[in-house]
Amino acid sequence: MANDRPGWLNVHGVTLEILERGQGRPILWLHGEDGLDPAAPFLDLLAAHGRLVAPSHPGFGHSPDANNIDTVDDLAYLYLDLLAERNLRDVIVIGSSLGGWIAAEMAVKSSERMGGLVLVAPLGIKIGDRETRDIPDIFALPPDEVTRLQYRDPARAALDHAKLSDDQLTVIARNREATALYAWEPYFHNPKLKRWLHRISVPTLLLWGADDRFVTAAYYGAAYRGAIPGARFETIDGAGHFPHIEEPRAFAERVRGFLAERKA
Amino acid sequence: MRAWFFSENAYHLLPDPKEYDSIRVKLPNRYYDPKIGADLYHRFIDEWKIAEDLGLEIMVNEHHQTATNLNPSAAVVMGALARDTRKARLLILGNPIANRREPVRVAEEMAMVDVYSRGRLECGFVRGVPYEISAGNHRPTRMQERFWEAHDLIVKAWTSHDGPFNWEGKYFHHRQVNIWPRPYQEPHPPIWITALSPASAREVGERGYVAACFLTGFEGTKTVFGSYRSRRDELKLPTAALDRFAYAALVYVGETDEEGYAGARKLMWYLESNKVPPQFTSPPGYHPTASTVNAMKGTNPGIFKMFQNPALGPLMDAGLVFAGNPDSVYRQIMKMYEHVGGFGHLLIMGQAGFLDHDETVKGMQMFVREVYPRLKELV
Repeated sequence: MANDRPGWLNVHGVTLEILERGQGRPILWLHGEDGLDPAAPFLDLLAAHGRLVAPSHPGFGHSPDANNIDTVDDLAYLYLDLLAERNLRDVIVIGSSLGGWIAAEMAVKSSERMGGLVLVAPLGIKIGDRETRDIPDIFALPPDEVTRLQYRDPARAALDHAKLSDDQLTVIARNREATALYAWEPYFHNPKLKRWLHRISVPTLLLWGADDRFVTAAYYGAAYRGAIPGARFETIDGAGHFPHIEEPRAFAERVRGFLAERKA
Repeated sequence: MRAWFFSENAYHLLPDPKEYDSIRVKLPNRYYDPKIGADLYHRFIDEWKIAEDLGLEIMVNEHHQTATNLNPSAAVVMGALARDTRKARLLILGNPIANRREPVRVAEEMAMVDVYSRGRLECGFVRGVPYEISAGNHRPTRMQERFWEAHDLIVKAWTSHDGPFNWEGKYFHHRQVNIWPRPYQEPHPPIWITALSPASAREVGERGYVAACFLTGFEGTKTVFGSYRSRRDELKLPTAALDRFAYAALVYVGETDEEGYAGARKLMWYLESNKVPPQFTSPPGYHPTASTVNAMKGTNPGIFKMFQNPALGPLMDAGLVFAGNPDSVYRQIMKMYEHVGGFGHLLIMGQAGFLDHDETVKGMQMFVREVYPRLKELV
C-alpha cells in the first residue's frame, strides 16, 4: 500500500483530507454519509485498477468545515474544480449513497473530464409524491433501525464505542454532523436533479446491493436507471446499501469490468 | 430580585409510558382531548392572572409537538395575557428564532404584543431544545449563525422607521421590510437570551442582554454567568448589573418542608415524563462535537444523568429544585445566588403535571408572602 496515510489538498481555498493510492487511470471515489475509512479493504481493491483519489468532503473525517460550502451543489463544483486543478482526464467517478448524489450532480454539470460514472445506490432524487418518504428518515429513526435498513448484516456495522479512540469517535460524530449539513433539507435530494439527469452523457453503471432495504433497487434504483439514458444497472448479491463495505471483492470486480470496457 | 411565574401548560393526562417511546415529536395527538385542553388553557391563563395579582411577573415559553407544553405559539398566549393583565411584565422566553422561517413575522408578533400590552413585553430569543429540530424540520448544524442573523434582522425591523430596508443574508431574504405596528418601547422591548454554554454566554454578554439559565445547577450556572461577566471585562464594557442574569428552577414553597417537597415532587413530572429517544435528544450538530463524543463514551457530566433518573434529593443538592418551607427555600435560593455571583431574576417553574390549581396557587402565595420580600431587597 503506497501512500497509505491520508494527506492534505487545497482546492480553491478549501482544505481536504485526501487519500491517494495506486497508479494509472484516475479514479475519484466520493464517499457516502458513512465517511472514508482508510482501512476499508475496497480501497486497495480499487487502487489495483488505477490511481485512486479519495477526499473526505468538508466536515467529514478530518477535513475542516468550509464556511461557504453547505450544499451538495457546492461539493459537485468543488470536485469539478479538483479535477480541473489536477488536470485529470478520462476520470472514472465513483460515488456511494450521498457520494453518488454528488457524482450525479457533477456529471449533470460537466462530464468533460470524465470517462465514466459509477453510482453505487446513489441518493439525490425525489420519486414519489409529497407524502411518500422515498428515503427513510435516519434522523428520526432509532440508530439500530437505521443500521438494520442499511446493512444486509447489521452485526457487521455494530461498533463498540468503548474500544474506539477519541479520534475515531470524533470522526463518527463529524460524519453525522456533516451529513446533516448537506442532506437535512430537502432530505437527501435535490428536487430538480431527476429533471436534469438526462444530461449525463458518459457511460454510467448503477450498482445496487440486492438486499438494500434503505433505498431498494426495485424502487429507487429503477427510477435512477429510467432517468439516465443508456445507464447499465447491476446488483450485487449479499450486500445492503453499502456493497463496497459488505461485498468489497464483488464490488471491485464490477468496477474492474466497467473499466475494462472503456480502456482509454 | 424579580420573580416570574412560569408554567409550561402541559397536557398531563398521558397514556402508560409503555405505550409510547417518545413524549416529544411523535406522540400521536389522538391522546389529546381538546375539550380537556380548553379547560387547561383557561386554568393556566387564570393562574398567570393570579400571579400578576400577587405581584409576580409573567413568563411564557413555547415548544412544539409535545405533551409537555401546549403553547406552540408563545405570541398567541401572550396576546391573550396582554389583554387580560395590566401591570405585570410579560416575558416570552422565548421565540425559537433559529427554527422560525420568517424572522420578520416574529418581529411583527412581538411588536404587536408590546403595543397591545402598552410596553410590557420582555422579548426572549432561544435556540430551542434539541427535540424542536424535527418538529421544525430545521437543520441542526450552524444554528448559532442562523440564530444571530434572525436576531439582527428582527432588531433592525423593530428599529427602522423610515420605510422599507433590504435584507439579503445567508439565511433570510426580505427585500421590503417595514413592519406595522412598531414596538411600543423605545428603541425596542428588552431582549433576553437563554445561554447554556460559555460560548453563547460570551455572545450575550457582548450585547448586554439578559442571560437566562434553565436548570443548569450550581456549576453550569456559575460557568455561564462567569463567561458573560469576563467577556464584558475583556471588552472593557461596564460591569453587568444583577438584572442581566436570570435563573430558572422548579420552585415550591410549603408551610413545612414536607409540604414543599410534596409540591416539588409533583413539579418533577416535567422531568420524569420527558421520555425521549436519542435520535431526538442528540440531532447531529446540535451539541458540540466534543459532547457527542463524551456521550458515546458515556462520560457526560452528572447533570445529564440526573435528568434520566430524577430524584428530589439530588435535584435539590444540584440547585435545580428549590423546595421546602419558606426559610429553607430562601436559604436554597441564596446559596445559588452567592455561588454564581448573583442574579436579578428568578424564573419560577411553578406548575407541572398533577399539581392542581389550588396547590399551584398556594405555592405562589407562600412564595410571595414568605420568601419574595426578602429577595426583593437584593438589587
